[in-house]
Amino acid sequence: MFSSLNIRIGFFLAKRQIRRSSLWTTILIIFVMFFTFLNLVVVSGILVGLLQGAINAVRTHYTSDVIISSLNNKTYIENSPEIINIIKSLPQVESMSARYLEGGTLEANYKTRTNEKEKPNVAAASIYGIDPVAENNVTEISKFIVEGEYLSPGDYDQILLGAYLDKKYMDFDYPGFTALENVKPGIKVRLTVNGVEREVTIKGIIKAKVDQLSMGVFMIDSQLRSIIGRNDYNVDEISIKLKPGADPAMVRDILKKNGVDKVAKVQTYIDAQPKFIKDMVATFSLLGNMLSSIGLVVASITIFIVIFINAITRRKFIGILKGIGIDESAIEISYILQSFFYAFCGSVVGVIVLYGFLEPWMTAHPIDFSFSDGILVAPISGTMLRIGLLMVTTIIAGFIPARLVVRKNTLDSILGRN
Amino acid sequence: MIEVKNLKKSFKDGENTTEVLKGIDFMAESGDFIAIMGRSGAGKSTLLYQMSLLDEPTSGDINIDEVNVLALSTGERTSFRLSKLGYVFQDYALLPEMSALENVALPLLMQNISEKKAYAKAIEHLTLVGLGQRLNNLPGQLSGGEQQRVSIARAIAHEPKILFADEPTANLDNESSRIIMDIFKKLHSEGQTIIMVTHEVEYSKYAERIIHLDNGKIISDEKV
Repeated sequence: MFSSLNIRIGFFLAKRQIRRSSLWTTILIIFVMFFTFLNLVVVSGILVGLLQGAINAVRTHYTSDVIISSLNNKTYIENSPEIINIIKSLPQVESMSARYLEGGTLEANYKTRTNEKEKPNVAAASIYGIDPVAENNVTEISKFIVEGEYLSPGDYDQILLGAYLDKKYMDFDYPGFTALENVKPGIKVRLTVNGVEREVTIKGIIKAKVDQLSMGVFMIDSQLRSIIGRNDYNVDEISIKLKPGADPAMVRDILKKNGVDKVAKVQTYIDAQPKFIKDMVATFSLLGNMLSSIGLVVASITIFIVIFINAITRRKFIGILKGIGIDESAIEISYILQSFFYAFCGSVVGVIVLYGFLEPWMTAHPIDFSFSDGILVAPISGTMLRIGLLMVTTIIAGFIPARLVVRKNTLDSILGRN
Repeated sequence: MIEVKNLKKSFKDGENTTEVLKGIDFMAESGDFIAIMGRSGAGKSTLLYQMSLLDEPTSGDINIDEVNVLALSTGERTSFRLSKLGYVFQDYALLPEMSALENVALPLLMQNISEKKAYAKAIEHLTLVGLGQRLNNLPGQLSGGEQQRVSIARAIAHEPKILFADEPTANLDNESSRIIMDIFKKLHSEGQTIIMVTHEVEYSKYAERIIHLDNGKIISDEKV
């Protein structure tokens, strides 16, 4: 069937049919194929991007590229100063932020509460001790201040309050979680860590789509260190931001070779993702593929109908082609090539729109989902696979109707007899 | 060269069977110019379709150049049509999206002739039928007579053994018909075998042999 002669004649026929067909019909078919392509790529891309946005946010604003945290059986990272020196010596490292982390509580109404039976307005939170400049260099968290101001190095007894610890930002209840009422920048609250109480002033409210930020309390590292009585400068977490192009896995491995993994967990941002996130990415990807496959069926039906109508209306000419001695296979190939042309053009337009406009635009203007800034995830390999699928589907969808018509009796086709 | 033996063709319509050809015996030699005549429904076009392998008879034999063409497979028949037969249709049957040149070149390309040679040959034959100046016109840009001349150029470009013509002048005015018949006359004078169906007595006179059909049978076969 696919002899070089038949392909040559098929190409000859297809080229002329496309060239002389109605421009608007051609544009319409390519338009349909373009949207089919977008359906294939964008639906799953947005579903995965929904989670990828959250993953990116955690990477950019919390873990950074590599995160070092305490071992499960340790309360902090031993030999932290030495590890920090190793990190600083690595050429791939752009900046780093060492954090102290302890569990604690905040009480808002301790001054106004006169009756012992009155319920204290208490919220439990993770308390982070940070160097505000270093932290901001790594995670840029100052841009998430929605009220008040970001911490300054000399601030004393001042905290940043995660928005979900403020009742007015926490518009939902869930068991076991309480937020503070009537708090705002300038208000004093009582901070209790390891039984040590401290009256601190809320300097700012921080709100981001990263739970560690929105549910945490941030204060100057030296103060938290003094509260918890840790005088050895051992920290609980170190987030490392790498220079553009540096490979987090490589830096992780270098740190492990230096023995850091003996005293701490060394993870890239991917390693640090909870398993349920990875499972959700896989699930959303599967869901996207299922939805895309419906698009693929729609595309194949569209091409089937287009080619079938084309072949039926051209039945007489197909009969003439056979009558003058053109091989049936060459005629079928001409329809296959036409289907291929429509799918190819739709895909090319799709790729241009996707990578030239849609993906960069959505990266710059993410969809504001409640828990993430959704972006469009469209890796080249996945897109190529989908283009391949679209091509194969449309080629089959183009071939079948062409074959149905081409196989009809030559004379019946020429005379228009059924 | 072409030998038709006891050729029968019938059409079924539900329970009814209509016998259109009722046992045709007929022979043509190389270089013959035969006109097949008869009233409407006599079976003349049906006979032409069977001989030109566009249709399959109910029974009988057709031998062309000593090849039993009815024994050929579909693909072999297509190849046979391509190499040995030429066909001029009543309604020209040109492919509307192709220029006159492309219409004529297409069967040549199918014979695996290079594009350059195919186009050169197509130009030669279009010039032969007087359309050397209309090579790149689409069928829709040509008159009926011109379209029929393109159809003739396409039918003869690959130098077929037999040229079949089904009412080639039926849709044309007198002037165009005369031009077409003059082309046939010239082709015949050069040795082309032509079998033409016509109902116009005036144009049957161009042939050297006239076969009359009636009710699916040959009722006369005479040399002019």
